[in-house]
Amino acid sequence: MSSTVLSPEQREFREYARSWLAENAPPAPPERLPISPIEVMTVGQRDYLQSWQRRCYDAGLVGADYPKEYGGWGHRGFQRIANQELHRANVPALINIVGLSMAAPTILQHGTEEQKREFIPGALSGEEIWCQGFSEPGAGSDLANQHTTAVRDGGDWIVNGHKVWTSLGHFAKWMILLTRTSTGHKYQGLTYFLCPIEDHPGVTVRPLIKMTGESGFNEVLLENVRIPDTYRLDEVGKGWAVAMTTLTFERGAEEGAGGGFSEGANPIEELIALARSSWRNGVCAADDPISRDAIIERAIVAEGIRQSGRRAAVPELCDHPMRLPLQQKLVLTEFGQRNARLGVDIAGARSTLYKRDERAPDQGHWPLAYMNSYGYTIAAGTSEIQRNILGERVLGLAKSK
Amino acid sequence: MAQQPKAPTNFGFGEDEAMLRDLARRFLAEKIPPHALRRLVAGPPEPVYEDGEPAPWDRTLWDEIVELGWTALAVPEEDNGAGVSMVGVVALLEEVGRHALPSPLIPTLASSLVLRTAGTERARNLNREIAAGKTVSLVLADERGGWEPAHAPIEARREGSALVLSGTGFFVQDASKVDSLLVVSRLGDERLLCSVATDSTGLRLQNDQIHDLTRSQATVHFDDVVIETSAVVSDDADHVLKAAWPGILVLVAADLVGCSEWQLQTTVEYAKQRVQFDRPLGFFQAVKHPLVDAMVGIDRARSLLYHAACEIDMGSAEAEVAARMAKSAASDAGAFISDRSVQLHGGIGFTWECDVHIFFKRSMHNQALFGDGTYQRQKLADVLIGPIAAR
Repeated sequence: MSSTVLSPEQREFREYARSWLAENAPPAPPERLPISPIEVMTVGQRDYLQSWQRRCYDAGLVGADYPKEYGGWGHRGFQRIANQELHRANVPALINIVGLSMAAPTILQHGTEEQKREFIPGALSGEEIWCQGFSEPGAGSDLANQHTTAVRDGGDWIVNGHKVWTSLGHFAKWMILLTRTSTGHKYQGLTYFLCPIEDHPGVTVRPLIKMTGESGFNEVLLENVRIPDTYRLDEVGKGWAVAMTTLTFERGAEEGAGGGFSEGANPIEELIALARSSWRNGVCAADDPISRDAIIERAIVAEGIRQSGRRAAVPELCDHPMRLPLQQKLVLTEFGQRNARLGVDIAGARSTLYKRDERAPDQGHWPLAYMNSYGYTIAAGTSEIQRNILGERVLGLAKSK
Repeated sequence: MAQQPKAPTNFGFGEDEAMLRDLARRFLAEKIPPHALRRLVAGPPEPVYEDGEPAPWDRTLWDEIVELGWTALAVPEEDNGAGVSMVGVVALLEEVGRHALPSPLIPTLASSLVLRTAGTERARNLNREIAAGKTVSLVLADERGGWEPAHAPIEARREGSALVLSGTGFFVQDASKVDSLLVVSRLGDERLLCSVATDSTGLRLQNDQIHDLTRSQATVHFDDVVIETSAVVSDDADHVLKAAWPGILVLVAADLVGCSEWQLQTTVEYAKQRVQFDRPLGFFQAVKHPLVDAMVGIDRARSLLYHAACEIDMGSAEAEVAARMAKSAASDAGAFISDRSVQLHGGIGFTWECDVHIFFKRSMHNQALFGDGTYQRQKLADVLIGPIAAR
């Protein structure tokens, strides 16, 4: 849990981060950036974002709390401040989202000394992009229903299977990989690997096209892929526990991720601006009581998210330690989805215009963001799974399975 | 815009506030657990719902509460009060809402906030009396339920050195329980804030027939009530009330949040124990998921509540926006868990014998008080988006 009062060093770091970001904001991108780094599609986007992450890393804004021997900056309680400042500065996102928020913290917690030294530095600097190999065609919400097998072959493992929804797979060098090593037990038969995928024999990365018409994620076929045992993370049969560590970080319930992610401009201001330039029944949408109510409802949720973040750090004001942290994934993804949907509503007839139409409000952002938002309410445990987790772990209701 | 002081990351909720809150929690759990509340307010419905009696309350318990100093919480220390931060007051009121305590505490605290804002010698004197146990409620709403400070319902005129009040004030909270009223009246262009004893000649309380069993409400008729000019607490009532308004809103929001948390926990317990189709109700996602949504809504309201209280404590210009957000979120969260608390209890939840209706009604009253969620959003839109353009 973070402390509530900043030390002099933390205050100084905040000043530093703020002024560095003010002076070093990157030039405009050569092409339109995706809404989130997990949807990076082109080499141009990748190069631009990768070099930005490198600069942030060199400036100490990424990996701030990681030990120096693993490529970090060896501080304590600095990363949260860096994340806040990155958000505040409204700069481009860090591309290595899987590496920073999933692979690095999981390896730090479960890895051997050699694994930490080999894998964490590249994840922090962004030189080595990571992807996640958890979901399969038959293992979505029921993630433990893994059919990708890993079979021992001397000092190696031979992996066969099919992974889906693999964001950044086409640019990734490594994959955090969940496999089945025993059919005896659903949960204790799983093992976790750090799998090389870039130009690795037996690995085929194929783009999947999303409902938006964009690519950005993939399916990955693994055919007799050979992985040395030294790339196994934690013990054989411990894969489920390790995967839960990853998911806890992915869902944002635990601090410790390697770097922060800017969420772009203030969505409420964007909605108000859209309403000011949209018309409903001959009236400016900003003067339409229903639209006004809906925008303010969003503004209240936005402020609620900010203040819950603040309250989560005051144990005296939290009845259950995981009550607010476990809500994060559900609340943030549905927040984005409903904001985008409201933008579509406010844009009215013009919401029909998609990103290639030059008359589309905000370059077609609203319908694109709305459709894209389902990626977030489905990934990393659907909103329905999140509600099960909250109902069971926080409220103590009977398990729904 | 003027430089705002930096908000404390913990909302200013320190050891003192936690101690006060925990003490209140233990005290109320002992003195008025649900079965005692039910015995007190939910005997047969007829006396309140048919015969027009105000809902009963426990005066002995109230004396103990005054003894504990709860009426003095928002009175400044220099006026013999406790001078507790708004964050501390809010924390205590969450416990009050969690126990649906019938008492004139909230109107009295609201009045002491108004008096603290007025700051005149007469206002300070009155606050000293509140610190000593005097109970007060506010007369500010008109017949249409206009809550905002500008809607002064009472007319004042001068007669010699005295003032004469006439007219009718509406939706006066717990009027039957209090010693005196703080009345907003019009004297020409002026808006006066006057203190009037409830037993004054010409003043008549007419109890409203309300559904909430944990409070009372009245229409107050002023039939040429004569008061001395020394009873005028402020001659700038609009400004005083506007400045005190965020505080008044968060008092009700705090009660709502506490009330909602009780409804949530009680419904969760029922969903764990009640078995249908060989499973506890909570196994079914049609039960589980709405309870999670209720929790998320309550948590949002609670975070906004502490934010608003903290902004008030800092004297921030953002206090009104923060307080309206808190009241809006608390009202909506209250409405949602109220709805689910009855529905998910099933048949028993629909009956008089189940405690759920007591909290359902208190919540419904709170939601409407000083403006519901939609109303607050309307006011917020004027600030955050700008007023609706004239057509």
